[in-house]
Amino acid sequence: MTQSLIEIKNLHKHFGAIQAVNGVDLNIAQGEVVVIVGPSGSGKSTVLRCINHLEIPSAGAVYIDGVHLEDRRTDINKVRAEVGMVFQQFNLFAHLTVLDNITIAQRLVRKRSRGEAEEIAMRQLERVGIPEKATMYPRQLSGGQQQRVAIARSLAMNPKIMLFDEPTSALDPEMIKEVLDVMLDLARDGMTMVVVTHEMGFARAAAQRVVFMDNGQIIEVGPPDQIFINPTHERTQLFLSKIIKH
Amino acid sequence: MSASSPNQNPNQLEQIVARQRQQQQRFKTGVNISYGVLLLALAFLFSGLEFNIGPIAITTISLDFVFIRERIGFIFGGVGLTIMLAILSISLACVLALLGALGRLSKFPPAYALSTFYISLIRGTPLLLQIIFFFLALPQLGIRLSGLTAGVLALGLNYGAYMTEIMRAGIQSVGIGQREAALAIGMTQSQIMRRIILPQAFRLVVPPIGNEFIAMLKDTSLISVTGFVWEILWRSQRVGRQSFRNLEALLMAALFYWIITIIFSAVQNRIEAYLGKGERNSGGMIH
Ligand SMILES: Nc1ncnc2c1ncn2[C@@H]1O[C@H](COP(=O)(O)OP(=O)(O)O)[C@@H](O)[C@H]1O
Ligand SMILES: [Mg+2]
Repeated sequence: MTQSLIEIKNLHKHFGAIQAVNGVDLNIAQGEVVVIVGPSGSGKSTVLRCINHLEIPSAGAVYIDGVHLEDRRTDINKVRAEVGMVFQQFNLFAHLTVLDNITIAQRLVRKRSRGEAEEIAMRQLERVGIPEKATMYPRQLSGGQQQRVAIARSLAMNPKIMLFDEPTSALDPEMIKEVLDVMLDLARDGMTMVVVTHEMGFARAAAQRVVFMDNGQIIEVGPPDQIFINPTHERTQLFLSKIIKH
Repeated sequence: MSASSPNQNPNQLEQIVARQRQQQQRFKTGVNISYGVLLLALAFLFSGLEFNIGPIAITTISLDFVFIRERIGFIFGGVGLTIMLAILSISLACVLALLGALGRLSKFPPAYALSTFYISLIRGTPLLLQIIFFFLALPQLGIRLSGLTAGVLALGLNYGAYMTEIMRAGIQSVGIGQREAALAIGMTQSQIMRRIILPQAFRLVVPPIGNEFIAMLKDTSLISVTGFVWEILWRSQRVGRQSFRNLEALLMAALFYWIITIIFSAVQNRIEAYLGKGERNSGGMIH
C-alpha cells in the first residue's frame, strides 16, 4: 500500500457551539491536485488550516508524510516549513520588501545564507513573473502581484505541499488569470496542491479530484468533469447552479 | 450634471480653497498678534514698575536680576541631568511596558497575572509615593539606593505600567494575517514577535511614547525630593532657599522646563511627520 502524502482521518473541529468540520476523511497522494468547493461556511478553510495545524482539530487526525500533526512530540514548525500556504488576503509582511518577504523564512527557518536565500528568492520571483518588483513594498503592488509574491514566498521554502485558500477571491477580475497561470504551472510541475477555489476552469485544467463540502462534511468526491457536469448529489447540483448563475 | 459643469467646477473649487486659505491666514495673523500682546503684558507684569493711575497705585512684580544673572548658569547646569534622567527612565519604562504588554496578551496564566498585578499596583498608588518608597523604604530592607537610582527605577516602573496599554495596542494593531502567514511558513513564536509583529507595531507606538517622554521630562523633577540629584528643580530650590529668592529661582526652572518641552515637542513633530510620510509614500495601492 502506498502511503498518501496527506491523510485526514475523521476530522472534527468545532468553535464553541459551531461545528465547522464534522467528520472529514481525505487522502491526497504525492503530486495530486485536489480542489475543494462548497458554500461559504461549509468548513473548507478549516479543513485546509488543519492541514498545517493553524487550527487544532477537536477530534481526528492529520498526517503529513506519515507525521502525526496532533502528536505533542511533533515539531510543528518543521512540518509547516514543508507545507506552503497562500491566503485570500495575501498576508505579505507589510514592513518588508518583496525580496525580504521571500528570504526571511528561508534564513530563519531553513538557515540559508543571505546570498543563497536571495538567489532562490529571485529565481522564484522570475518563476511568478515579477523579478523587477524585488525592492518594492507589498502595498506598492497590485493584488495580483502581491498574491504572486505570496506564492513565491512559499515556494522558496521548497515545500512538498501547497495549500491555497481562495487565492483569487480578493482579486479584481483582470488579475485572476495571472495568479491562476502561476498555479497551473505549479500543478504541471507536479506539486501536491490542495486548493479551495470556485474557479472551475482551474479545477478542470489542473485537478485530479474535486471535493464538494457542505455543512462540515464531504458530500461528494470525483474528477472535475463528473462533479461539475454530472453531480450525483442534490446539494452539489444546487450549489453548482448557484455559482454558475453568478 | 450639466455638460458645462466640468469646466465650472474646478473654478468654483479654486475659489473655495482660496477663501479658506485667506481665512486661515487671517486667523494665524490674529494668533501672532495676540502672542505679542501677551508677551508685552508679561514683560510689563515683571517690569518692576510702580506708578499711579489717578488714585490707584499700580505695582508690578520686581525680580532680582542680579540674582538671576548669578544663578541662571547653575540652574541651567541641571538641564543635561534632567534630560538624561528622562532618557534612562523612559528606556526602562519601554522595556517594562513591552514585557507588561506581552504578559497581558499571554495565554500563560502566571504571565497574565503578573502583568495585571503590576499595572494595578502601580496605577493604584501615587508616583511621588513610589519615588519616596524606593528611596526611603527600601533601606529598611537593606537595599540602599542613591536618589538617582531610586528615582529612575520608580519613574521607569510607573511609566512602564501606563505605557503597557500603548504597547498592547501597537502589538494588536498588527493584523492576525501577518501572524498566520509567519506561522504557516514555519517561523517560531519568538521569531514572529521579533521579526514580524514588533517592527510593525513600532510605527504605531513611537508617537505616544514621544508624548510619554515629554511628560517624563517634567516628572523627573519629582526626583528632587530625594535630594542630591542635581537636576533642574533641585538646583533651583537650593539657590532659591539659600538667598530667599524662590520666586526668581522657580521661574528660571519653569522657563527651562518649558523650553526643553518646546524643543522636544518640535523634535517629536518631526519624527511623526517622517513616520507619517513613509506611510503615505508606500501607502498608495496601485490597482
Ligand atoms: N476562528 C473561528 N471562530 C469561530 N468560528 C469560526 C472560526 N473559523 C471558522 N468558524 C466558523 O466555522 C464555520 C466554517 O468556516 P470555514 O471553514 O471558514 O468555512 P468556508 O471556508 O467553507 O467558508 C463557519 O460557520 C465559520 O463561521
Ligand atoms: Mg473560507
